[in-house]
Amino acid sequence: MNKKIKVYGVPGCPFCKKTKEFLKSKGLNFEDIDVAADHDLAKEMIKKSGQMSVPVIEIDGKIVVGFDKEKMENLLGS
Amino acid sequence: MKKIYDLIIIGAGPAGITAAVYAARKKMDILVITKDIGGQASWSGDIQNYTGYQFITGPELVIKFEEHMRKFDFEIKENEEVKELIFRKGTFLLKTDKNNYQTKTAIVASGKRSRELGVTGEKKFRNKGLTYCATCDGPLFAGRDVAVIGGGNSALDAALQLIKIANHIYIINFTDNLTGDGIMQEKIRADNKVSIFNNSRVKEVVGDIFVKALKIEKDKKEKVLNVQGIFVEIGLIPNSDFAVDLEKNERKEIVVNQRNETNIPGVFAAGDVTNVPEKQIIIAAGEGAKAVLSAFRYLSTRK
Repeated sequence: MNKKIKVYGVPGCPFCKKTKEFLKSKGLNFEDIDVAADHDLAKEMIKKSGQMSVPVIEIDGKIVVGFDKEKMENLLGS
Repeated sequence: MKKIYDLIIIGAGPAGITAAVYAARKKMDILVITKDIGGQASWSGDIQNYTGYQFITGPELVIKFEEHMRKFDFEIKENEEVKELIFRKGTFLLKTDKNNYQTKTAIVASGKRSRELGVTGEKKFRNKGLTYCATCDGPLFAGRDVAVIGGGNSALDAALQLIKIANHIYIINFTDNLTGDGIMQEKIRADNKVSIFNNSRVKEVVGDIFVKALKIEKDKKEKVLNVQGIFVEIGLIPNSDFAVDLEKNERKEIVVNQRNETNIPGVFAAGDVTNVPEKQIIIAAGEGAKAVLSAFRYLSTRK
């Protein structure tokens, strides 16, 4: 089953990179969103997460803030 | 009867991971307990001084470390924090936030963490305008007014990153003068987007849902700066609080000798949590290896 995954991050942020590597290692596709380049997307991310911090990961509409492996694994159901 | 490990490694940064690889190759019965994989190395940007890699980022190097560690068959307890290390009847008891474990030897490789301000509002507004990672969250403050707390290299580095992004930057520095590298100070002084407050201390972080202001005290007078972002860059402290019986120096670093022995026989320490003179990834890794070899020798003399 394919889950819809978005990663909101900025270039050069270690944990954004770690998150993306983690998803890649599971063979998952995700939308890679650079909030440094687009202020509207940054606002969208802050609104969704209630936080001003990256990375934010959205898995089928559910939000994970930060590189939280346990939470991501739970939502991915793997 | 509860299992008794040969060795428990506390922490999985460069020191802990290297220790685990060495211990696994020595066929020791080990357990790794850690809050996260990679520790501070995960936060490093570009690394150009780890032998064998002319260029690698912190997160990429950590992935390599982790792959190497997971090649071996031993248990790793992630997201678990050691709370107490107690010596009793020839073995050590480790109490974590989830469980208890027993071991014949232990290596403390729990690294360092960002120092906190310890003021009202800091916890409430963490990740809501207040952050310890300028590289990560800096770009979210485009066009905003922000404050950087600290006057050393990491604070000045954060300020220089923010000059490109933010509207105005206040540097709140506790001492008489900035202490970071001269070349960075020059760049900062030359920029009219930056105001420097020396001899100033942070009193309170103020806001509603997000940060709205910072209260500081300068020359015994309180001042309120309207900022939306606060970047705390006041250095690092060792994660050594749980190890109450271990000897520490004035910086709370665990004191070790050349063989990574602490004041308690059977307990070793390695990496940034110790008084090792330089805090570098490659040094932490080497210290982790040394600590295991010492632990191995200690065990073999006790059999």
